[in-house]
Amino acid sequence: MTDTAFVRSEILPSQPAPRRESGLVAWLRKNLFATASDTILTILGVLFIFWALPPLYGFVIGNAVPPGGTVEQCRVENVGACWAYIASEIEFFVYGFYPMAEYWRPNTVFAMLVLLIVPLLWPKAPFKRTNAVLFFLVFPVISVILLSGGMFGLRFVPTEQWGGLLVTLIISIVGICLSLPIGILLALGRQSKLPVIKTLCIGFIELIRAVPLITILFMASIMLPLFMPQGTTVDKLLRAVVGVTLFASAYMAEVVRGGLQAIPRGQYEAGASLGLGYWQRMYFIILPQALKHVIPGIVNNFISLFKDTSLVYIVGMKDLLEAVKTKNDAIEWASPTQSVTGYLFAAMVYWVFCFSMSRYSLNMERRLDTGHKR
Amino acid sequence: MSQGSEAVVDRNIDRQQMHVSTTDVAIDIVGLHKWFGDFHVLRDINLRVMGGERIVIAGPSGSGKSTLIRCINRLEEHQKGNLFVNGTELTSDLKRIDEVRREVGMVFQHFNLFPHLTIMQNLTLAPIWVRGVPKAQAEEAAMMYLERVKIPEQAQKYPGQLSGGQQQRVAIARSLCMNPKIMLFDEPTSALDPEMVKEVLEVMISLAESGMTMICVTHEMGFARQVANRVIFMDQGQIIEQNEPDEFFSHPQHERTKLFLSQILH
Repeated sequence: MTDTAFVRSEILPSQPAPRRESGLVAWLRKNLFATASDTILTILGVLFIFWALPPLYGFVIGNAVPPGGTVEQCRVENVGACWAYIASEIEFFVYGFYPMAEYWRPNTVFAMLVLLIVPLLWPKAPFKRTNAVLFFLVFPVISVILLSGGMFGLRFVPTEQWGGLLVTLIISIVGICLSLPIGILLALGRQSKLPVIKTLCIGFIELIRAVPLITILFMASIMLPLFMPQGTTVDKLLRAVVGVTLFASAYMAEVVRGGLQAIPRGQYEAGASLGLGYWQRMYFIILPQALKHVIPGIVNNFISLFKDTSLVYIVGMKDLLEAVKTKNDAIEWASPTQSVTGYLFAAMVYWVFCFSMSRYSLNMERRLDTGHKR
Repeated sequence: MSQGSEAVVDRNIDRQQMHVSTTDVAIDIVGLHKWFGDFHVLRDINLRVMGGERIVIAGPSGSGKSTLIRCINRLEEHQKGNLFVNGTELTSDLKRIDEVRREVGMVFQHFNLFPHLTIMQNLTLAPIWVRGVPKAQAEEAAMMYLERVKIPEQAQKYPGQLSGGQQQRVAIARSLCMNPKIMLFDEPTSALDPEMVKEVLEVMISLAESGMTMICVTHEMGFARQVANRVIFMDQGQIIEQNEPDEFFSHPQHERTKLFLSQILH
């Protein structure tokens, strides 16, 4: 026998990991100039930044007319964004035609929203249950009373006068809060062993998914009243909210179904063998795991729902984008960059909300990871 | 003694609490048939399990062992015959199914712990929500069972942080927290590293010593010899032989049994 094996007689102590190269040069070499193609891409990237950044800076800040400026300033040649226009019309963008004297009402609702939603989303905040009850049950009731009035001495403000960000937020928050539970029920129904429930759920999901949102909004606003008994009217905003919610639920159902299918059969069986009933099994065992798997998909739907609310202009609602569009034609601010600034503003608002949702979902994924992916 | 059925523990088994009742029928299976589609998995199974019995079911893979014990808590549905557990007949009646499941614990090959819950939450979930035990009391009981399976220090960890053997011991403790009258084991050691098999078998032995009625589908013939009062041999969906362990191993009757034993006891 030749002595080819080396047998260690004692266990080696563990040694520190080799030090990585550090310093600016090492970082540059590793990240920007690792290969020839990397170098070319880096150079192209830098050129692009030099090409794009100065004009962008000039438009947004350099040549822009800051809030408080006059329309004359916005009319000079080569002017940048006309932020003065946004600042002077901001109330219309936020409240639409809501009577100015009553602005305190939507403001109160906004304040309550922030006060309730921040602790709800912040994992370490106490009183989660009370918080949730307040947000999901008490807050909507108070908001409806405050916003539409007609009782407690509050002046009645019909929803036709609501508009701007207010409408965008109402539709998207209601849609987000309702589409998830409805979607979960639809997904569970689709997996049901009871043929009636299963068929109904599949029918609903496939019907809604196969139709554009615009069609659903049209149906809700034009067709629905035809089927209703004479004289009954359903509020326009309510119709839009229902349409958006149902549309999002169908998509949500399919996302949740994807999550449900990722849960091994053993989890259902373990729950069953402990004597837990169907709803207990779903609530405690299956859904927490399934939903965690599909957080990216769920938030994806939330984000697209938020942006889809801009379609409600079709049924005559003045949401944020429509409010901006309306004011873009306002003569008193007529200037070369009026519309561009308006749309840029709208885009920034949408971006802030959607990007926050995206970051929050990443954060949540990390937090809920209990390290079972061994 | 041949290697495959050597003793799993060196100590003597304490048989004080282990007695088989002569009157108390735990499980009664009469003329049971089951099909998966067209495949006839269980064919005319007749088995009466008395309280306190420790039955090991052996047999080649695909012989229907697992399916049989999964029928006992209705994880599988049978299509013909009658199945009584603690006097309750299992039918499609959901209430009765839940009633039976509360009294029958089950341990799975792949543990099936709930990965998103801590060990403590895994143990207390069912007692709290099925039995209505107050949380503090459920946690106290859970600690007691964790001590019994010798891992009380893991209570606040998640299943993913435990070894396979520890997870399976937690799974056993989780079943015990429901105070079951009967425990079913579906190949509890088959997914474990060899080094961890013993720690799980130890727990199962101590459970047997406490007088629990147990049905174990297992390939651990040493466990069968030391603990079981009956060994049942299945092939092609039928029980083709049953005997006391000593007789079963020393004088197998059926040709298939002899072949099986010669394969696994070398």
